[in-house]
This record gives sequence, structure tokens and C-alpha cells, in this order.
Amino acid sequence: MGLNEKPLSTLHEKASFELGDFEVPNGREESWRFTPLSRLKGLHNGKAEPVGHVRLDVDAAPEVTVETVGRDDARLGKAFAPTDRVSAQAWHGFEKATVITVPREAVASKHTVLTLTGSGDGAAYGHIVVIVEPMAEAVIVLDHRGSAVYADNIEFAIGDGASLRVVSLQDWDDDAVHVSHHHALLAKDATFRSFVVTLGGDLVRLSPNVTYTAPGGDADMSGVYFADAGQHLEHRLLVDHSQPNCKSNVDYRGALQGEDAHTVWIGDVIIRVEAEGTDTYELNRNLILTDGARADSVPNLEILTGEVAGAGHASASGRLDDEHIFYLQARGIPYDEARRLVIRGFLGQLIEKIEVEEIRERVLTAVEAELAR
Amino acid sequence: MSTLEIRDLHVAVEAKEILRGVNLTVAAGQTHAIMGPNGSGKSTLAYAIAGHPKYTITSGQVLLDGVDLLELSVDERARAGLFLAMQYPVEVPGVSVSNFLRSAVTAVRGEAPKLREFAKDLKNGMDALSIDPAFAQRNLNEGFSGGEKKRHEILQMELLKPKIAVLDETDSGLDVDALRVVSEGINRFRADGETGVLLITHYTRILRYVKPDFVHVFAGGRIVEEGGPELAEKLEAEGYEQYTKASA
Repeated sequence: MGLNEKPLSTLHEKASFELGDFEVPNGREESWRFTPLSRLKGLHNGKAEPVGHVRLDVDAAPEVTVETVGRDDARLGKAFAPTDRVSAQAWHGFEKATVITVPREAVASKHTVLTLTGSGDGAAYGHIVVIVEPMAEAVIVLDHRGSAVYADNIEFAIGDGASLRVVSLQDWDDDAVHVSHHHALLAKDATFRSFVVTLGGDLVRLSPNVTYTAPGGDADMSGVYFADAGQHLEHRLLVDHSQPNCKSNVDYRGALQGEDAHTVWIGDVIIRVEAEGTDTYELNRNLILTDGARADSVPNLEILTGEVAGAGHASASGRLDDEHIFYLQARGIPYDEARRLVIRGFLGQLIEKIEVEEIRERVLTAVEAELAR
Repeated sequence: MSTLEIRDLHVAVEAKEILRGVNLTVAAGQTHAIMGPNGSGKSTLAYAIAGHPKYTITSGQVLLDGVDLLELSVDERARAGLFLAMQYPVEVPGVSVSNFLRSAVTAVRGEAPKLREFAKDLKNGMDALSIDPAFAQRNLNEGFSGGEKKRHEILQMELLKPKIAVLDETDSGLDVDALRVVSEGINRFRADGETGVLLITHYTRILRYVKPDFVHVFAGGRIVEEGGPELAEKLEAEGYEQYTKASA
């Protein structure tokens, strides 16, 4: 850690629902230095008037309740408080929120799909709360499409012994701008599985974070992204271990091709003094397929206790391995196909973990389409 | 009948000359053993023929049935009928053995094999080499033991049916049982007399299982002595010392 760098634990400590508590970022802040602010279309400085629309359609499992509520609903803002300007802006910008509830001990018989479709008519702000009551289980799919300038907060409140699996697909049109925060709050023995897939959009900045309220929580966060020319795809993960005997695992993989394709991965893990017995690992790997593409990858692990079960991180960004390609070509497989096999293999190992078959197939098809470009 | 002709081949790695004029002809039905001490350039010969990008051909020709392989890409060479069994097969994450083999067979044959036939060929091939069928679902070479990797190389050779197979130290790191299984695979492959084998090895052990027709001693980047199987016996008794001294 350099002299000018602050400990990780202090970077995330400011949390407030007051917009005025956050300065408009200028790009020099640690948390904004990778993001091209000029392409945020005003989401960060209040200039993005909420005149646009992102339609939300919900196809819910029968066991799950779906409500549209006003800003004053008591269940909003329970699993998080904004920790940056855009998150606070989104909190102040939405008109109606959606609350999804999985009742106590209910096991959803199918996945619940939330399709968010941008209509390309200006900025919009959103808020979704998913409450999984104790011992309940559900799978939620967030499917982002269309054209939008959109900032939102999504809260996942996961009760004692409950399990939530989330797939969030950012399959926006080329001009979309999306800044999103996913806040997961895990109660005792709760399980959280998150799978993020980011393919479309001009700029996507997604910040999944996890906090624990009791021991025994288990969070596993995977992500796959594919950046083409000009795209900025940024994922900022934070796992804040403040309770003993919790687990977290992060595995994000990306591929980049084309001029000015840019990806950013930040993996912050804090293990606080009281979080003894924590077991955590985070991994980020990037395949840079062409010149002119850039992958930034910054894992940060701050351990404040002496008693951890396991803590590690790894980051590797590089080109396709010549030896892989040579081996496949030496068996007669033409270069283009060898390249496809290797890249699909690299991302496919993660994609196989998506439990919702139709989403898994769609992601594989989308990756194939990217590779065929 | 196929013939591989290596003519005055010179090869460099990062401007350092490793091969200094190799001449060798391998015809279908023949098995040639290339023996030599470590660092003599044996593996360089194998990888240069196959077209590994690390090796630069500075002069010479490698003809397979009159076609200069050096003008072809790596995959074109394989499709022309050349096979290289590698000493250290690389692990390729996320690519399953079955997917890889089907892609390779499709590429080499020019059409996709019928699924049922392919499954049968694969099963028979794996049985013959005592490979666990579960291997088909595993990632290519990932977590394979040394012996498993070598058996898998021979499986590929049997499935792809090349005209000429170059086996780079396929015997290294094998215990006697694995050596026997692998040797049987090589013998099955050459039994029909329509394929040529270039067997590169440091040790004479494998030559007791796979009888060569010709033995070439490699030292200092070229062939320094040639003979029949009896030359291997002489090497067994005397070692490489006289050749390493001569080439130094």
C-alpha cells in the first residue's frame, strides 16, 4: 500500500441516503479513476433528468409475490445505504420500486424473470428489493435489454438459512449506459449465488456487494464479460466480512477485442477484526484478443484479523496462449476454430455454472456471436 | 505410399542455430528411431516439422509426398497427414477431450464423423489404451498424469490416422505397464504398413517394444551416425559420450 492510499475499509465507510453527502465525482477519486465520466450522460452529476423509461416485466414463480410500491414503503433501503454519488442519485431518482418477496420456507418452483427494457428516451432510475424470508429458496433472473441511460439499486435481503440465486444479464443495445449497485445482505447461514453476464452497452458499471449480519453466510459471485471495440465494462465487487465463519468466493472472467475495448475489475475484500474463521477467495482473469484493448484488474484484500480459515486472490490478464492454439492446430483444427474453442472453453467453465438452462444457452449463443464478429 | 523427406534442414531459436543440416527420409512401412543426448536438437526437429512458431526455419525443405510442409500452416500440415505426439501435451481449460477429438477428426477427415461411429471408435480406442471412459468428459490434458497424457496422444494418433507420425519422447516418464500399453498402440498404428513412424527417444527401452528399421544418432543438431537396430544396442552399451565429445 502506497503512502497516499487509504485502507480499503475506509474507502467504503461513507454510507448515506443524502445526495448532498456525496461530491460529484471528478474522475480523480480512487473509485472513479477508471470510469470515463463524460460517457455517463449525467448520471453522476444530477444532469440526467428522469424523463426516460425502463419498463419492468415480471414473470414470477407462483410462490413469489410481486408488488409495485411507492418511495415511502418501509421495506426499501433496509439492506443498504448508498456509498457513492450515483447510487444516491438513483435512490433519489426512482418513482416506484418493485418488491419481490419469497415467503418463509417457500421453495420457488421456477425462476422469476425480471425483464428490464430501455426505450431509449432519456435517463431513468430504478429500485428493486428482493426479500427472501427465512428458509426460502428462489432463483431470480434480471434481464436488461434495449437502450437506456439507467442507474439503479437492487437490494437482496436473504433471511436465515435462505438461498437466493441471481443471474443478472446486461444485454443492452450498443448505446446504453447503466450504473448499477447490487446489495446482498446475508443473515445467518444464508446462501447467495450471483452470476453476472455483461455483453452489451456503451458503458456498464456494476457494483455487486455483499455484507453479512450473522455467521454462516456463504456468497459465491461469478461473472463473465465480453467487451468489443469502444465498450467500457466495469465490475466492482466488495465483500465485507464483518461476521465470523462466513464464506465468499469470486470468479470473474472477461474477453476483450477491438480498439478501445476496456474492462475494469475491482475485487475488494475486507475481513474485519470480528470476522474470524472467514474463508474467501477472489479471482479475475482476462483474455485480451486484439491490440488496442485494455483490461484493468485490481484485487484488494484487507485482513484485519489474525484468524482466517483461508484468504487469497489472483488476477491474470493476457493474450491467448500460443501453446493452446498450437496444440489444437497440430491436430488439424484451423486457427479460427482453435481460437474459438479456447476462448469458449475459458468462459464456458464459468457459464456452465448458470443453473437456468435457457439463460445458459442464451449466454453461450451470445458468446459464440461475439466470437464470430 | 507416403514419404517424408527432410532435406538439409536448418532451424534456429531466437537467432541461435539448433539444427544444422538434417537429412532424413521416412517412408510408409518404416520405423525410424532418432536417438541422442539431451540438448542435441531432437525435439527441435519434431516441433520444427510440425510448425511451432518458436522455431525459425533458416534453410532446407520438409516434403510430405512432394508437398513442402514448411509452406503450410500448422493445421494444414496436420491435415496433409503429419502427426506429432508431444512430449509435454499442454492443458487446455474448458475444452473437453471428446469435443476436442471430434473437432480434430472432423478437421482431418474434412467432414464430421457420424456420431454413433465416432462414439464407437472412441470407446474402442480408449479401451485398447486402458483409458478410463470418463476421460472423454474431462478438460484436455487437465490433471492428467504423465502416463495418461501420453496414452491420450497415442489415442489421437490412432483416431486421426496420419501418413507420418513423429513421436517426441513418448516413452519418457512412463512406467513399464504404461510403456507396454503405449507401445502396443504404436504397433497397432504401424501394423498395416501404410504409415511411417519417426520415434524420437533418449532411451533404448522403448525400442524393445517398438522395433525400429533404422536408428539415427543425433548430436549437435544433425545426424552423426546411422544404422540398423544393432546401433541401438551399441548405444545401450556405450552411451552417447563419443558423440557428444565429437560434436562439442
